[in-house]
Amino acid sequence: MSAIMTKGLKALGLAAIAATLALSAPAFAAGGAKHPHAPKEGFSFEGPFGTFDQGQLQRGYKVFREVCSNCHAATLLSFRNLGQKDGPFYDEKYKNPNDNPIVKQIASEFEVPDIDTETGDTITRPATPSDHFPKKFANSYAAAASNGGAIPPDLSVITKARHGGARYVYSLLTGYVAPPKGLEVKEGQHYNPFMAGSLATQWSGDPHKVPVGGVLAMAPPLKDDLVTYDDGTKATTHQMAADVAAFLEWAGDPHATLRKKTGVGVLIYLLLFAGVTYAAYRKLWHGKH
Amino acid sequence: MSDHPSTYEPKTGVEKWLDQRLPIVRLAYDSFVDYPTPRNLNYWWTFGGILSVCLMIQIVTGIILAMHYTPHIDLAFNSVERIMRDVNYGWLIRYVHANGASMFFFAVFIHMFRGLYYGSYKAPREVLWILGCLIFFLMIATAFMGYVLPWGQMSFHGAVVITNLIGSIPVIGGPILTWLQGGFAVDQATLNRFFSLHYLLPFVIAGVVILHIWALHVVGQNNPAGVDIKSKEDTVPFTPYATVKDGLGMIFFLILFSIFVFFLPNALGHADNYIPANPLVTPAHIVPEWYLLPFYAILRAIPDKFGGVIAMFGAIAVLFVLPWLDTSKVRSMRYRPVMRWFFVIFVVVCLGLGWCGAQLPDAPVVPGLPSFTLFDGEFNSYLWLTRALTLYYFAFFLLIMPWVGLKEDPLPVPASISEAILAEHAKKKGA
Repeated sequence: MSAIMTKGLKALGLAAIAATLALSAPAFAAGGAKHPHAPKEGFSFEGPFGTFDQGQLQRGYKVFREVCSNCHAATLLSFRNLGQKDGPFYDEKYKNPNDNPIVKQIASEFEVPDIDTETGDTITRPATPSDHFPKKFANSYAAAASNGGAIPPDLSVITKARHGGARYVYSLLTGYVAPPKGLEVKEGQHYNPFMAGSLATQWSGDPHKVPVGGVLAMAPPLKDDLVTYDDGTKATTHQMAADVAAFLEWAGDPHATLRKKTGVGVLIYLLLFAGVTYAAYRKLWHGKH
Repeated sequence: MSDHPSTYEPKTGVEKWLDQRLPIVRLAYDSFVDYPTPRNLNYWWTFGGILSVCLMIQIVTGIILAMHYTPHIDLAFNSVERIMRDVNYGWLIRYVHANGASMFFFAVFIHMFRGLYYGSYKAPREVLWILGCLIFFLMIATAFMGYVLPWGQMSFHGAVVITNLIGSIPVIGGPILTWLQGGFAVDQATLNRFFSLHYLLPFVIAGVVILHIWALHVVGQNNPAGVDIKSKEDTVPFTPYATVKDGLGMIFFLILFSIFVFFLPNALGHADNYIPANPLVTPAHIVPEWYLLPFYAILRAIPDKFGGVIAMFGAIAVLFVLPWLDTSKVRSMRYRPVMRWFFVIFVVVCLGLGWCGAQLPDAPVVPGLPSFTLFDGEFNSYLWLTRALTLYYFAFFLLIMPWVGLKEDPLPVPASISEAILAEHAKKKGA
């Protein structure tokens, strides 16, 4: 009986670990949104050994620059980040990303606010690699006024701030569909099944069959060939969505590759340490219990 | 054990000199080298050592984070991200600290369930147990305030919900709430004092941990057989026997810890906390961190707000009086054939409460199953499941423990630890 009990306790312990792991993911699913998915070919950065595809990050930056950044800012990101290790424009020749000519060029395309030290006047000047990406609007009121009352969220950490991360970004960008019959979508709003929301008040059909998803002020931002990729990749909506999702994933956690690499080393070390300690434990406790 | 005579002999001149002035090396030697530990301790006993490692990790990473963090409502969020992006290995320090809180609670829950199962709270270990409960309560307060510091959406609205609970206390609740928040709403004053207290409390915890270990060394460790140490045959010296076993437990714990820090750093957190706090936008679903979900579930189970607060604090308060609720003479539930099944149900109930705490109360437990309205909610809803589980939680301590202890026929308890070990050997050979 006692042995059964001990086994039961061990099983419970394992169950507790499993429950802990399981609790994190599904428990917090927001509202009634469709579960986000990765592109068919998958994301190269997913999984414990996944790394970013530098070509994809560069394409993703181009989509961000030419499409997203018309309304969205990414103020936590510095230009130099683009040229740091594992970043989109990292170049082995320039260990210090501030020296990277591509990064310098990208920075100089942006105007950032500053103060003229001679006169004290507020001015703007071309950005340098050490500057952050500038704010898009002076304040949230200006942002709302220019975007039909909705404030475009800052995209610096968007992949960490949404369930599903890059999968969510990809799914949202490619997921716009015509609203189901019976759903009232106001002027300037757009239905998307991947958007978190509650559509009960806009739904005139069966109250038990309220469509999943929500409405957002952003019109479908991508259409085929909207940008021209420098590497010749065909700019389909799917391709641009996947590329910009990868770029934003990197932007949200620029040290992810280093983190995973470090983790592999740490785990190998701990497993070896566990082996040695277990051997010592067996030898010491032999005949003691 | 308290009557364990000191066997420390200072070898060098310096040690002799110090020993006559401050016998600190003697204290360490007697506590962690020569200290007699029961021979039959299993791996559930390694969590005490693991918890002290957790506390040290949290304090060290926390002090470094405080060097870079800015406790200001306009700057806090960005300062945390700056740590992750621009501070050398800041991502590592912050992810260790954030996941470390989860790991700390994971370990403390196992430590507490272990104490519960093996009767480690019974005489003469009541004070030891109460000090442990105090540490647990301080941990909850510290973790809650720490979660507010990044000033994300869940930080802010979690702080609003939890501080407002105080406001539900009749008459004095309102003024206390204003005093606690430092104003009429959760704002700069609240953030700043939470930062101050979040820095202070871990050192209070460390102090109580010292008392906890002191009390442990006065009464001696309990063990899976739940019988007292009778002779030298029952024990082995702490070093190397317990150190190597605790060490192995710690390494396996660190492996689990590392999997989260390096590969799933945000899996235990809520995505909404990466959205800067906005008092004007309330998240669709405010939930605390996973380790507080069982208590959050109990809070929501009671229809009256103040009643919910009492139940939530009562769920922790009942632990403090546990030594006097258990009427059984037998410590270890190994020899309590009835009680141990109630214990197993209790563990499942606690996990169930955690699960319920993360669900919307009105959501059906089994979708599609016909239901009916019972008082204020659908019967097939998390509200009623939570209420059933909450009822068991309190009944376990207030009814089952006193009653089963009196009625149950315990199995024969071994005369000593060595006898328990021999009996287990015989059983293994027989099987």
